[in-house]
Amino acid sequence: MSKQNNSSFSDSRLINWFKLSSPSTFYPVAGKLIPIFWVLAAVFGIAGLWISFFVAPVDAVQGQGYRIIFIHVPTSWMSMFLYLVMAAWAGLGLVFNTRLSAMMAQALAPVGAWMAFLSLWTGAFWGKPMWGAWWVWDARLTSELILLFLYLGFIALQASIDNPRRADKAGAILALVGAVNVPIIYFSVKWWNTLHQGASVSLTKAPAMAQTMLWGMLLMALCFWMYSIAVGLMRVRTIILERESHADWVRQLSEVKR
Amino acid sequence: MSAFFAIIHRDLLLVMRRKSEVLTALFFFVVVTSLFPLGIGADAALLRKIAPGVLWVAALLSTLLGLQRMFAADYLDGALEQLVLSPQPLVLLVAGKIVAHWLVCGLPLVLIAPIIGIQFDLDASSLYVLMGTLLLGTPVLSLLGSIGAALTLGVRGGSVLMSLLILPLYIPVLIFGAGAVYANSVGLDTVGHFSLLGALLILALAFVPWVSTAALKIAIE
Repeated sequence: MSKQNNSSFSDSRLINWFKLSSPSTFYPVAGKLIPIFWVLAAVFGIAGLWISFFVAPVDAVQGQGYRIIFIHVPTSWMSMFLYLVMAAWAGLGLVFNTRLSAMMAQALAPVGAWMAFLSLWTGAFWGKPMWGAWWVWDARLTSELILLFLYLGFIALQASIDNPRRADKAGAILALVGAVNVPIIYFSVKWWNTLHQGASVSLTKAPAMAQTMLWGMLLMALCFWMYSIAVGLMRVRTIILERESHADWVRQLSEVKR
Repeated sequence: MSAFFAIIHRDLLLVMRRKSEVLTALFFFVVVTSLFPLGIGADAALLRKIAPGVLWVAALLSTLLGLQRMFAADYLDGALEQLVLSPQPLVLLVAGKIVAHWLVCGLPLVLIAPIIGIQFDLDASSLYVLMGTLLLGTPVLSLLGSIGAALTLGVRGGSVLMSLLILPLYIPVLIFGAGAVYANSVGLDTVGHFSLLGALLILALAFVPWVSTAALKIAIE
């Protein structure tokens, strides 16, 4: 039945998207896209860093130390967003049984884990001068840590199943269960936090932010987006080569022949 | 429905034939909780304060011990394939196995918890709250754990991997379970905690058997 659908769609533009879901067509396209995303990441990164170091004013309370926010906040955003993207790809792979979607999920997991780790690390560096502690059991820190655990669980599960098809499906179920659990975990940690620590640090003060600070943060967030896409595509290309190494089109590639 | 009860009966019978496995998990719970006073000191006020957390963490760990058994033995001797092939809906059979796991690994914890609680110098009302939270919370642990048990079936390093996958998902149960006992001890209302634990249980009951079934089918094929 799906074949009939495809043939009736063959004249429309939709077919171009279907074609991309095959590893053999996606591989060269991804290869062409990667430099573009690297350039975009560099441009946004340079602009964002310039604004965050030279244009954004010194914070009245936190002095120069607050500037770590320009790395910290974008990495936190990316770590949460990438988990959802990863779960979405994994779900697509489970439902439509497309190989490429599962490969995308597998490629994004280390990027997301790296973002979560960076967010925790920069958070610790920010916390030490501001609160006088590397780590506090604040709701946001704790749920970010748990998010890192979820990423590591996904990576570990995929790494320990030898059959790639089974690894994809098992990982997809875990990613979806995790995605459902992320809000539950976040709110439970939040309530736990309010119950157990009355008046300690509060991250939620959210002072009126200077316009330039906001711009710096947005540019850095864009930079991290582009970086994640570029690295994700590079990883997915490697995974394609690994899994399709038996295929004829892989042997024809100039980088494989060499 | 008779298949559901049949599988519970079968699993319980298997456990009765090898009682040591159940007793090991229970014994583990008792030993771990007894280690804390030895490590921290016998200060009654401190022990009262950490008791809910210690008991709940020990309960999480000892349910993990039994989880590996849920599907692994049947997977090895081929009984699981027969279950998947049987005309009965697999979801019922999986639900039966989860119930059997709870009866073997969850319910004994609920019953023995007050004795451990007394060791930690908890008062009577705290003991009731502790038993209530365990009664609502341990089924959630068995349910969520079944996903991990099914996903790691036949995987090398399965049991360690399963704890890595499942423990982060247990966090909400731990928070509300231990939180209720803590709230009760400082004179706060515990209705909210019980409602949230109940909500978690209903959510898990509604979705988890299907998820575990899907995971089992992936492991078998």
